[in-house]
Amino acid sequence: MTEPLTALAGSHEAEPGTVQLLDPRGRRVEEPTYSPLVADLDAEALRTMYRDMVVTRTFDNTATALQRQGELGLWPPSLGQEGAQVGSAHALSARDFVFPAYREHGVARVRGLDLGELLPVFRGVRHGGWDPAAHNFNIYTFVIGAHTLHAVGYALGIQRDGDVGTGDPARDRAAVVYFGDGATSQGDTNEALVFAASNNAPVVFFLQNNHWAISVPTTTQSRVPLVQRGSGFGIPSVRVDGNDVLACYAVTRAALERAHSGSGPTFIEAVTYRMGAHTTSDDPTRYRDRAEEDLWRERDPIARMRAHLREEGLADDAFLADVEDEAHAVADAARSYCRGLEAAPTGAMFDHVYTADHPLVAAERAEAEAFEAAFEETR
Amino acid sequence: MSTTVLAKAVNAGLRRALERDDKVLLMGEDIGPLGGVFRVTDGLQKDFGPDRVVDTPLAESGIIGTAIGLAMAGYRPVCEIQFDGFIFPAYDQITTQLAKLTYRSCGDLSMPVVIRVPYGGGIGAVEHHSESPEALFAHTAGLRIVSPATAADGYTMIQQAIASPDPVLFLEPKARYWEKGEADLDAEVDLGADALTTGLHSARTVRPGRDLTLVGYGPAVRTMLTAAEVAAQEGHELEVIDLRSISPIDFGAVEASVARTGRLVVVHEAPVFFGPGAEIAARVAERCFYSLEAPVLRVGGYHTPYPASANEEAYLPGLDRVLDAVDRALAY
Ligand SMILES: Cc1ncc(C[n+]2csc(CCOP(=O)(O)OP(=O)(O)O)c2C)c(N)n1
Repeated sequence: MTEPLTALAGSHEAEPGTVQLLDPRGRRVEEPTYSPLVADLDAEALRTMYRDMVVTRTFDNTATALQRQGELGLWPPSLGQEGAQVGSAHALSARDFVFPAYREHGVARVRGLDLGELLPVFRGVRHGGWDPAAHNFNIYTFVIGAHTLHAVGYALGIQRDGDVGTGDPARDRAAVVYFGDGATSQGDTNEALVFAASNNAPVVFFLQNNHWAISVPTTTQSRVPLVQRGSGFGIPSVRVDGNDVLACYAVTRAALERAHSGSGPTFIEAVTYRMGAHTTSDDPTRYRDRAEEDLWRERDPIARMRAHLREEGLADDAFLADVEDEAHAVADAARSYCRGLEAAPTGAMFDHVYTADHPLVAAERAEAEAFEAAFEETR
Repeated sequence: MSTTVLAKAVNAGLRRALERDDKVLLMGEDIGPLGGVFRVTDGLQKDFGPDRVVDTPLAESGIIGTAIGLAMAGYRPVCEIQFDGFIFPAYDQITTQLAKLTYRSCGDLSMPVVIRVPYGGGIGAVEHHSESPEALFAHTAGLRIVSPATAADGYTMIQQAIASPDPVLFLEPKARYWEKGEADLDAEVDLGADALTTGLHSARTVRPGRDLTLVGYGPAVRTMLTAAEVAAQEGHELEVIDLRSISPIDFGAVEASVARTGRLVVVHEAPVFFGPGAEIAARVAERCFYSLEAPVLRVGGYHTPYPASANEEAYLPGLDRVLDAVDRALAY
């Protein structure tokens, strides 16, 4: 019933209609609409994008290792998706609000989160762990597609507050939601598209089509390129090479300019690939072959950007070594932070069920604490 | 008889159902080449093909909604919901449609749909992967809700559920998937009308005793048996009843036991507040008032969201909390 995947297969060129500004060898591709949007990126900006991708990957590999060592219960790797995440996130302004799914570690890095803050959830010591308002980056959502509606609602709030179309870059803002190809099948996601379109909401739908929803290929979710989902709802839609950090930056920037100006939602399909397992509990050898992974390895977003920086003379050995050093420092810090994270006392389980007092919760807390105390005594 | 585990026993039961009736089809996320995230459907797509063992799009409402249509067209869909916490996108289809279509059609439609859900905690998972939502569904008329606790029940009950003309929520205690037990995976299962009603819903006394009755189902059964073993060392004979079914509940078995022991402790992972234990306690208070030597006690989850896994031991009705309730009941 499912067909082998063909999207972008067997070629280094982007499929027609897919925005690409950097080919897999790292050479600039001229594109009339989007090239101008990266023209003002100076050497430092380009180097920062590279740095963010490398730091994210090193951290991510460390988190995978932490899971293998029993320090984390689970980890969803972002391996291979750094270009889509870092490129798009760099287009955001601090005022824009991000609704991530659960794999957006590269976006978290660009938003300024200390990457270690992502770990308590996966170590099982708390369900969230960071204040969404601190970096305008919401906590991760594990129910597929649920957060697409939250993003649209947030965007409607922005709209009501009059924070769109003022022309004042310090005021205009938007919501950006990240989700996967599997999530496009959920009712919630489709309802989010309806609400966004009919309200002309300032929201950017950033779909990372990484080709697999656990073991199920994108072809099971859709018989047409997913970018058409957006246009089917009347939302301007664009497909971008998700392993091209510059193209992802450019299309997201254009979408945000639209949103900020009051022109409404945009749907972006970033075509990328999940190089690792879905999560550390997954076994990809059961459903996909090595050849497919190898094909995508050749399109690695980091190698591509490095080749570009090298060719442009923007990255010497000292710079690359410095990036490696920072990446390892971030990963090491996250590792020791993680090892120090301990379970909260039993009573903490009852915190924040409600904001105000609730007699049942208070009674059960007392009961649990008394039991714990008595049990400790008799031990 | 041979030794096997619950996951393999359910797999064998599904295989038998697929062989027996070509109208049976499995549908769900990742149930094909991957064999489901718990491998319960392992190998079935290879042997029965992708039209009988269907990897669906990632949409729970879609899975149950289309299963309803398939049932109307004469099929017997067996849906897998990947984890307990992901049944809620399908809650509307299950409670407003699946559960009510037989009633609304005055019996002209039947809904032979099974919804398999790995449920319950204790596996160290992230949020939405450890919940026990049975009470939410038990409150809806029109659904049958069962939970096998052993490999033998996994094998027979899944076949009875699939043969049932009514929708069955089939709750699989995921923490018990790899527990060993005796089961005859070659046995023919009784699928007569009685087996699909009374049989599927009858409780089983898994350990006799005279001092106190422990009642529970699914993941709690193992805990209750351990508690009974520990209590026996202190000279207390606890009777352990595996309900096997949450809707309906075999109250006859519970009442008969309480009439003999005079004491009842109900154990389940679902939150205690408005949980299945409340229903059991109320009925027992009504019907066994003169036999009771102590109030009915309940041990279960708290009125909090299922906590982060580092705290789940304190949340779950583990051995110590069950023994504590037993002590309190015996102290009356
Ligand atoms: C509503 C819901 N159903 C099922 C799951 C289990 N699940 C977790 S991730 C996943 C696949 C998601 O695929 P996709 O949306 O493509 O995102 P990706 O993981 O590829 O980034 C599934 C089925 C879930 N988390 N939520």
